[in-house]
Amino acid sequence: MGDFLALMKPRVMSLVVFTAFTGMVLAPSTLHPALAAIALLCIAVGAGASGALNMWYDADIDALMQRTASRPIPRGRVSPEEALTFGVVLSLGSVFTLGVLVNWVAGTLLALTIAFYVFIYTMWLKRSTVQNIVIGGAAGAFPPMVGWAAAAGSVSIESIVLFLIIFMWTPPHFWALALYRTRDYERAGVPMLPVVAGQDETRKQIVIYSALLVPIAFLPALLGFGGVVYLLMSMCLGGVFLAHALRVYREREGREADKAAKGLFGFSILYLFALFATLCIERGVALWAA
Amino acid sequence: MDDRDQNEWQRRRKMRSIGIAVALGALVVIFYIATIVHLGSNVMNRPL
Repeated sequence: MGDFLALMKPRVMSLVVFTAFTGMVLAPSTLHPALAAIALLCIAVGAGASGALNMWYDADIDALMQRTASRPIPRGRVSPEEALTFGVVLSLGSVFTLGVLVNWVAGTLLALTIAFYVFIYTMWLKRSTVQNIVIGGAAGAFPPMVGWAAAAGSVSIESIVLFLIIFMWTPPHFWALALYRTRDYERAGVPMLPVVAGQDETRKQIVIYSALLVPIAFLPALLGFGGVVYLLMSMCLGGVFLAHALRVYREREGREADKAAKGLFGFSILYLFALFATLCIERGVALWAA
Repeated sequence: MDDRDQNEWQRRRKMRSIGIAVALGALVVIFYIATIVHLGSNVMNRPL
């Protein structure tokens, strides 16, 4: 059982559920709490299913990388066929359940998310282009749109802004990881930016994408669905994010370089979590006060 | 396959079956709850 849970990438799943929850909370119409819980469960299972399909397809390269060698398929705890069946059944089940019980806009978006992650990112982009996580990042950015659609039954500019924040956040987040795991990716033949273009170019791209991300994160406040607290948080956290990115750019040798990359990677998770949590809290306070 | 492997295989098989049973049970509960939520008081409103 634990091995099948591991196939679902629980840590990724938790971030997906949290961002989908944010989309759901910010949507103008409210969903019955029971249906909201069902929608979140479907989104979590859908995310887990795509994780399982990713592990099924990538089992050969997972075995070569230190970070992924202990996953259930490379260790022989789950067979590739079992992982494939598990992933397909959960994908179809989660999409069908979300569509039938909540609405088909959300169901279709969830299907699109799973298909994008499995077919576009895992099977096509990951092994063929240096832009793998730039374009593939869209898969991780869809959940707030799915959450919003579950509550509102539609897609809106606000949900697209939430998508954009995660989309722009993904490259600096993963490139920071790739900087201190370059040998892993090299060994597996995955064309991550540091492997193909070198570490210096990766550092430059991290700064560029971070500089684009920070102002995009102001948009919720500018569009009116984030308040003053959110604006202040996005400015302060954005400043720290940029400081981390610049440190990665400056520190290029030895342990300090690794430390800087790990620092950015860790902070990027906190950054996204804090921004979305602030939006949720502001919305909660507004509803409570009304 | 020796006895230990056989026992381990059976144990994992049993856990998997329990997992599938729990998942199916959860699905039944989810569909029941969603039906009640969607129909509300109309759940009792049907010709006898």
